Amino acid sequence: MITPASAVVSAEQKLASTKEDDSGRDPNAPSWRTLLLVTPLTLVFLAFFVVPILLVIAVSFFNYESYQILIPAFTLQNYIDVFTESTTWDTYLATFQFCLIVWVITFVLGFALAYFMAFYIRSVTWQMVMFLICTIPFWTSNVIRMISWIPLLGRNGIVNSLLLNLGVVRQPQEWLLYSSFSVILGFIHLYTMFMIVPIFNSMVRIDKALIEAATDAGASQWQTIRHVILPLCKPGIAIGSIFVITIVMGDFVTVTVLGGGQVASVGKSIWTDLSYLQFPPAAANAMVLLAIVILMIVGLTRIIDIRKEL
Amino acid sequence: MLRENHPRSFWALLLLFVVFVLFLYGPTITITILSFQGPEGGLTFPMRGFGTSWFTQVFQAQSVGDIGGSFERSLILGAIVCLTTVIIAFMAGLAFRLRFKGSSILFYIVIASLIMPSIVISLGIGSLFELLGIERNWFSSGIGAHLTWTLPFGLLVMLAVFNRFDRRLEEAGRDLGASRFQVVMHVILPVVAPALVGVGLFGFTLSYDELARSSQAMGALNTLPLELQAMQTNATTPVIYALGTLTTAVSLVVIAVSLSLVLLLRARRARRSSI
Repeated sequence: MITPASAVVSAEQKLASTKEDDSGRDPNAPSWRTLLLVTPLTLVFLAFFVVPILLVIAVSFFNYESYQILIPAFTLQNYIDVFTESTTWDTYLATFQFCLIVWVITFVLGFALAYFMAFYIRSVTWQMVMFLICTIPFWTSNVIRMISWIPLLGRNGIVNSLLLNLGVVRQPQEWLLYSSFSVILGFIHLYTMFMIVPIFNSMVRIDKALIEAATDAGASQWQTIRHVILPLCKPGIAIGSIFVITIVMGDFVTVTVLGGGQVASVGKSIWTDLSYLQFPPAAANAMVLLAIVILMIVGLTRIIDIRKEL
Repeated sequence: MLRENHPRSFWALLLLFVVFVLFLYGPTITITILSFQGPEGGLTFPMRGFGTSWFTQVFQAQSVGDIGGSFERSLILGAIVCLTTVIIAFMAGLAFRLRFKGSSILFYIVIASLIMPSIVISLGIGSLFELLGIERNWFSSGIGAHLTWTLPFGLLVMLAVFNRFDRRLEEAGRDLGASRFQVVMHVILPVVAPALVGVGLFGFTLSYDELARSSQAMGALNTLPLELQAMQTNATTPVIYALGTLTTAVSLVVIAVSLSLVLLLRARRARRSSI
């Protein structure tokens, strides 16, 4: 099964390996055909990714008025506003908290499930079936999967009636829905798959002889996991973590749908600005968010050198 | 797999797996059941009767939102994005077999698009169209926004496929006198066809469910996920569950069709090579 994560790894491998032999004259020098073949891809990403991102940088210095969304200018006011508003700091703190909690849980869960599928299930067919079971929800609607929690967690929902009937609580629990709890639950529900897939991919590449060697040398199962499997899964863990961290840091949909009006996040505050057509402040906030996300990814790749681990 | 003698850790992890699968599918199954509430039924259990009245309501005129229109737009948009993704990713996959000037930069730009917070891209595309004075629309800025999300997946799949592609097949075709175009059509295309179906699956379903990148790029007319998010805040009847059941059904049908197509293509290839 080809997965995006394995493709990232193999594509990087390919780029890294081709780099080594380009000192001599390349018999397959790029022709006009090659260039023609990548033109559509290049154009799409220029028009809808590179230029828009550069524009966001520019817009973050723009002025705005209620009747004109974008007034070209150079002002630092938007950034000053972002950094001086006390809500900004609270929002970032809340978002970091979500990010950390969700990362820890999805990592532990993803690692355990991938470990189970990779090392306990011997039949490849069964492995594929279980893998498919985990990935099919990825191809269905995220909004619907969020909304699906409402009848379970709501005031009169299934969880509450169950708890009431069992006598665990006397009153319906309000914190189950439209709270940080439901937002975190939603994140885990939606994005654990992003951890399972790359970690599973790293695990199935591990030479089984290494694990046998560890066992023969007297390592317990925990020691084998800690000193053999975990280090060898680092690239998969890094890729999964990058996905989870960037998604959670920038999310506004899950926070809006499952957080009700109660929960704040950076993505949501940008989205709120945008719904009032305040593009420049939104852009300034987006730039701060982007800088933080990039720093987190760089930090992660410093700890785990994805290329070196291949 | 159950007949062997398993250690205790196997059962613990199997239990975790089963609980996780229940956690994954439980909520979706719940709203599927609830969408068949009788006409008196509410947003949660108990079921008051059983029927499809909420499904018929989906397609009737709504007080909130434009479900029929957004559903149609989402399907058309998904089909366009699916086709465009397959074609562009296939072409780029062919090109990326060789290292060309700028191939690394292009590759990293595509990966960056995959992990860029969607709201930033959405804001950028919105600003671009605003500054150019072009009206934002689902068939212009909307398609562009979706392609920045579907193409990275498509390209990665194609790169992985061409990594394993046996170039001797291609050389054999050339030696037998096929033109470059004939090699692509009669040698490469049949071999990578199952992967192209996979790319199409990514293209359609990711577009059909896309929400975050669309938010500032769709203009006046919503796609289904945007409409759903807007409806969700003031949904008071199981209509929203019926709608959810329908969109999940659409996704599942697309997945099933794609997977069986892949299996069919593989089986055909296996049969051919065994002759």
